[in-house]
Amino acid sequence: MATVVDSKKACTVNPLKMSQPLGACYAFMGLDNCMPMMHGSQGCTSFGLVLLVRHFKEAIPMQTTAMNEVSTILGGLENIEQAILNIKKRANPSLIAIASTGLTETKGDDVDGYLNLIRAKHGETLAGTDIVYVSTPDYVGAFEDGWGKAVLAVVDAFAQPCEVRDDHLVNLLPGAHLTPADIDELREMIEAFGLQARVMPDISGSMDGHIPENFTPTTLGGTTPDALRQLGAAKATLAVGARMDAAAAAIEERCGVPFRVFDRLTGLSAVDDFLQHLSALSGRPVPHKYRRQRSQLQDVMLDAHFWVGSKNMAFAAEPDLLYALTTTATEMGAHVVAAVTTTHSRVLEDVPCAEVLMGDLEDLEIRAKAGGAQLLITHSHGRQAAERLGVPLARVGIPMFDRLGAAHMLMVGYRGTRELINGWANTFLADEHQNTPQDWPLPEESRRAASGAEAASCSTGGCGCSSSIPAVDVVPDAVGA
Amino acid sequence: MDARVSAKIQDVFEEPACEHNQNKSAKEKKKGCTKQLSPGAAAGGCAFDGAKVALQPIVDVAHLVHGPIACEGNSWDNRNSSSSTSQLYRTGFTTDINELDVIYGGEKRLFRSVKEIIEKYDPPAVFVYQTCVTALIGDDIEAVCKRATEKFGKPVIPVNAPGFVGPKNLGNKLGAEALLDYVIGTEEPDFVTPYDINIIGEYNLAGELWQIKPLLDALGVRILSCISGDGRYREVAYSHRAKAAMMVCSKSMINIARKMEERYDIPFFEGSFYGIGDMSETLREIARLLVQKGAPEELKARTEALIAVEEKRAFERIAAYRPRLEGKKVLLITGGVKSWSVVAALQEAGLEIVGTSVKKSTKEDKEKIKELMGQDAHMIDDMTPREMYAMLKDAKADIMLSGGRSQFIALKAKMPWLDINQERHHAYAGYEGMVDLVREIDKALHNPIWEQVRKPAPWDIAVDAA
Repeated sequence: MATVVDSKKACTVNPLKMSQPLGACYAFMGLDNCMPMMHGSQGCTSFGLVLLVRHFKEAIPMQTTAMNEVSTILGGLENIEQAILNIKKRANPSLIAIASTGLTETKGDDVDGYLNLIRAKHGETLAGTDIVYVSTPDYVGAFEDGWGKAVLAVVDAFAQPCEVRDDHLVNLLPGAHLTPADIDELREMIEAFGLQARVMPDISGSMDGHIPENFTPTTLGGTTPDALRQLGAAKATLAVGARMDAAAAAIEERCGVPFRVFDRLTGLSAVDDFLQHLSALSGRPVPHKYRRQRSQLQDVMLDAHFWVGSKNMAFAAEPDLLYALTTTATEMGAHVVAAVTTTHSRVLEDVPCAEVLMGDLEDLEIRAKAGGAQLLITHSHGRQAAERLGVPLARVGIPMFDRLGAAHMLMVGYRGTRELINGWANTFLADEHQNTPQDWPLPEESRRAASGAEAASCSTGGCGCSSSIPAVDVVPDAVGA
Repeated sequence: MDARVSAKIQDVFEEPACEHNQNKSAKEKKKGCTKQLSPGAAAGGCAFDGAKVALQPIVDVAHLVHGPIACEGNSWDNRNSSSSTSQLYRTGFTTDINELDVIYGGEKRLFRSVKEIIEKYDPPAVFVYQTCVTALIGDDIEAVCKRATEKFGKPVIPVNAPGFVGPKNLGNKLGAEALLDYVIGTEEPDFVTPYDINIIGEYNLAGELWQIKPLLDALGVRILSCISGDGRYREVAYSHRAKAAMMVCSKSMINIARKMEERYDIPFFEGSFYGIGDMSETLREIARLLVQKGAPEELKARTEALIAVEEKRAFERIAAYRPRLEGKKVLLITGGVKSWSVVAALQEAGLEIVGTSVKKSTKEDKEKIKELMGQDAHMIDDMTPREMYAMLKDAKADIMLSGGRSQFIALKAKMPWLDINQERHHAYAGYEGMVDLVREIDKALHNPIWEQVRKPAPWDIAVDAA
């Protein structure tokens, strides 16, 4: 439906986009007992770390190879080696997961080669710690690409054919746009069919804001290394978001596990499809609980359509999230007046509007204004634009630093769709215009007609004769006279 | 390395006014002021981050980051530096270079970006920040800025502090160098007074400058230029006409203070707005320097009168918390100098400091800490998160005051915590600020949640008993 267009600007103003290595490290955070690390200057890690801390209000495990100018030019072998040994000594994680950055990619470090050398040299020291690497230059793609590539890299490193298949086991590959709460919801849905969900990566275990008994410098919770080696033992792979195509296909290719990608799991029909698929996979009927939730969602759609229907909404988000949100809004009768995104994806063509722009929040602001948007939907950085436009902002995605509860925001399943739609409707309700006596002024033509002057002049006022004829002013009653 | 950046770094490393430097041999000086980073065990920002921290508080300037999306996209609008006028400094501008730019060079995109910014936003100046990738591919931002300045008739200032040249505090100084080279001394104020001062190295976090300004206003002292909190480009450009300057803590812009003394004969002192005694000392020093430079002698008497009233007012309000805070133990983890400047106020409220970080402190700072906290002051040089957690969990402290980095270590240990670093939302400067700090500590310590979150679930108790 939509045409995808690139921005013509040289300068990005108010970035919507975040970088690939950060998306990759975010994915690595969903692996248990892992230390994500950027191969770059210390600032690369520091900025990303602060951003995720502000979003989740949690300590974020992320390290850096601390490259400087000289080590960049000479190559990062020594820094990677030292970093791995340091992390092994200080934190002893099960996994060290490395993402490259713009700096080391510009130089052209052969990290795969370095890792072979390091493994050969320190095999004994590093026993019990796996190392995985993904190439994610900052100047290509966006956060969502980094997430997708990282998940693919983990599949490539760990997935292997398994002799014994578990008929109750399904792999779930969540997209970067799903929150810990979303993942918990999907797990619950899958388990309701007597299936077991193996989520990879599983940020619901690590980033959900629980209080552990002890301090650990690595991730705590998430997909375990054993589970990663058992990806091939599943009956099927279910993936959420088009960005997960490659990883889901790779598991099939390597281990013969069939897959299905759900482009979204927000919206009535999308959730219907998912449950129908789970029912077919498990051979069980859809549980009563979901029949009831479906009916609740239908009721919320009925209640909310008064407020959401025909509203002009402007969206800026990464492709998978943009698609889930715009389709749901359109299904509620709203108009998508702007759709801005960060990177290419097959799903963008299906966004329900004329044009999807690869752009920034300045583009969103301009388009929202031109399209008469009544609600902006983007991450927290949309706050300045919303303020200037005098339009409310519904915060979605990362970063969400000026609100609490980012990890617990639910947008998938019937319940998540219900929450999302109610949220929009409530924003419109809170922002509802109270009618005033000035809201319905009569046009000049009608007022003239009512003044009785019409008979003496032309019938349309088109001749310009109206200018000399004053409208009748009604003198208000003097109150309290 | 770009010879110009390399020369600048050497220049900054040799800073004669820095106490760290005075005890070093020529060879040590050359090595610079920072420990070699340890890969896999490093924390903290890069030089670009430091330059941006130092200059972004200039509110009416367009701050343009030349580099890939990470440098600006992952970090923009994330500091709580306040403005009383323009909000342009909170707009994120970046060239967001792509793969083709890396191959063919990003200079054209940079030039076009400056043009777009001037056409759309018409700022008094554009600051262009160099980053690692564009430095590595050899983009000459100085040349582009020079050309753009000529072409558009507006100052376009290169800030050459790519991330990989060093850590954040080096970036602070390289940012300051850009002001010295291209901005300071380029304009003239409409008028001058004998009471004009510069405040250097104050970033107006959470609007703290406005806790100080009423005191200076009352004395008739004018902040000619604050570098850089709530600053305007023009104010920085004519800051060389001030009579005296204050350099705020942490030495982040010591080079500006010293070089302005050299070039424009503006004497400076190092002071702090944190802590009641420090605030008073700062006011005294301002008065002393202004009088020394020709302001009427009576300024000193007025300053003393103001200090007397304000100290009394502050201590009375703080003393009110004493019964509630007496004997509570505080762990103070922060970047060096700020540590001891709040100690006196905390002690006034009856709090006991059980430990403080000295990672960035000078020898002199450490002496001062001993003086304030006694010989057995627990000075923590470098504490791992695990040790910090253990210390809090064992309740060797009742509350931790630190930066955002260690926030969750405290909270996960179910320990009260207060943010005293740059992301904080409360202002703690001057007399008002100290009263607020004590109030916030009281608020945190006496919140009823602590008891609830520390209470085990009933079923866990049952298991333990059995």
